[in-house]
Amino acid sequence: MHVYELNHETQEELEKIQNNLLLEVKNLSLTIERFGKGWTRERLYVIRDFHLKIHHGEVVAIVGASGSGKSLLADAILGIHPKNSIVDGMIKYENELLTEKRRKRLRGNDILLIPQMTNALDPLMKVGKQVKTLMKQNNHQKAVKQIFQKVGLDPDVYDQIPSACSGGMIRKIFIAMALASEAKLIIADEPTNGLDYESIDEMLFQIKMLEKDNKGVIMITHDLEAAMKVADKIAVFYAGETVEVVDKKHLKKGGKFRHPYSRALWNALPQNGFIAIDSTQPSATEKLTGCSFAKQCPKATKKCKIEKPLLKEISHDEMVRCFYAGM
Amino acid sequence: MQLLNIGKFILLRTLKFAILLFAVVLFSFILVSFSPVDPIQSYLGAEMMVVSEEQKERLAEYFGVDESKTQQFLNWLNMFLHGDLGTSLLYRQEVIAVIQERFLASFVLMAISWIISGIFGYALGVIAGMNKGTMIDKAIKSFCFILASTPAFWIGILLLIVFSLWLGWFPIGLSLPIGMLAEEVTVWDWLKHIILPALTLSIIGVSNITLHTRQKVMDVLESEFIRFARSKGEEGFRLFARHGLRNTLFPAISVHFASFGELFGGAILAEQVFSYPGLGQAIVQAGMNSDVPLLLGIVVFSTLFVFIGNLLADLLYYLIDVRMKNGETI
Repeated sequence: MHVYELNHETQEELEKIQNNLLLEVKNLSLTIERFGKGWTRERLYVIRDFHLKIHHGEVVAIVGASGSGKSLLADAILGIHPKNSIVDGMIKYENELLTEKRRKRLRGNDILLIPQMTNALDPLMKVGKQVKTLMKQNNHQKAVKQIFQKVGLDPDVYDQIPSACSGGMIRKIFIAMALASEAKLIIADEPTNGLDYESIDEMLFQIKMLEKDNKGVIMITHDLEAAMKVADKIAVFYAGETVEVVDKKHLKKGGKFRHPYSRALWNALPQNGFIAIDSTQPSATEKLTGCSFAKQCPKATKKCKIEKPLLKEISHDEMVRCFYAGM
Repeated sequence: MQLLNIGKFILLRTLKFAILLFAVVLFSFILVSFSPVDPIQSYLGAEMMVVSEEQKERLAEYFGVDESKTQQFLNWLNMFLHGDLGTSLLYRQEVIAVIQERFLASFVLMAISWIISGIFGYALGVIAGMNKGTMIDKAIKSFCFILASTPAFWIGILLLIVFSLWLGWFPIGLSLPIGMLAEEVTVWDWLKHIILPALTLSIIGVSNITLHTRQKVMDVLESEFIRFARSKGEEGFRLFARHGLRNTLFPAISVHFASFGELFGGAILAEQVFSYPGLGQAIVQAGMNSDVPLLLGIVVFSTLFVFIGNLLADLLYYLIDVRMKNGETI
């Protein structure tokens, strides 16, 4: 059951927002089927119920713990998930359903992944050439070198192969790829992983640069702090579900996260008290009946253990999955 | 620095080769000295009956076979260090001359087989690796496992039965037609004789390179950079041509160079089956007739041949490694 609360937006404004919609994901699930012990088949519910909306020129951060299947989320959207996995749900790109055929056309052209791993570049190909292949217009060598300068890379890096580049340089090359391509949607998988404090700020600045290019950026991260710095909206991911989507404006105005898990994440930040709770996620092999967070939640009631809370819409883009949200 | 490294590399390798060569020659000599075949008898053959004891003793003295085994080995070693491989008892020719003539025949055979098995093996490996888990992959894999456990001579006999005996397309053996003058022999004659032995050797060589390439292709396809390439919309053959080829071809070539030993071993068997007059056939004859100079000569030569193959394999790896470290492209 969704509760719609229109916050004073006129019909016209709503339409404008709707037209500006870049990607919409509803009820996305990804299940991996594999052989368990002996000959039994085992199902892994990696993504259970994921929702997301992103507009042009917007940064949405998906925040979740390491190992919660966030990278597979990117694969599922791009349609490059492993062969033994089943993806279900609805994905719309620019208000049109994303079919397999359309996905193929959009991959690398409209939607671009910024991978997490620094070994994602072909080890035997010049990095410049790898960036170049994403460009459409001719005579790109000069253009690539200009982009390299823009992201703070020496143009001479063009002729090097990845093993000659540091991890930080490779992350910059990824950003250069995003700038070189004409992609409207960038999915950045853990772009700040393994970077030092200064480099994180530089990376976030470059993500902002992409946003100013009117690209939509989905930033997948476990770093809530980095997400708070750069994102317009934060989607909190727990046990394969979107548990909350919050607008940064709401947080800026002194509002709090609404879901108990998001609050726990917030409280675990050093500047907010460093309070850790036991937040071991339910195993992906479990089939959940009640709320995924019920076992760890300080506010859980009997109802939470039996009934699964739905994602409620609070305003047109803010959502929360909790019976007692905001209390 | 670079030059110093290469110098060190060459020096180390030469030393290794010298030790290896000594060990191989020593063991070959020990083995052949256990042979019950008397070299004098095998030299004289049927004339054994008509030659007097006295003459036999003089022959033994001439060959040096009356001395102790240790002394014989030292004699050989002394000659070898002076660049002399001695005279073959069987061919009554300088060992080096026999090897030269025989090696040319063997080399052509092995080179053809090596190239064919390399191309087919790599292609099959790529096809299997790219279609991992499908029927094609399973078929190729089973084919390779069967080949890997099949002796070369058996395949040779099988090919002989089918293509020479039943179909009559190719001659039964030898490298050239019998009773024909050397000037009359055409390329076609020569080709007809080499096809079956070469095919035998190629078939044997395929499985190793295919299984290796298949694994390598699978590894590469599962790598992060292929996932990234897929996310950029690359797929199928284009994906492989752009990112897979270079990353699997060099390791495959290296492995193929390292298979010189098996190639030579296979050649011995194939040449035996097809009576092909190459080094392999010569070494078998030398062993059977206690022709020690020829046997040791071929052992030296084949050790060198296999060693060069391994050296090339190592050099290629080394080269890729150095370039990777320096951040150069290949």
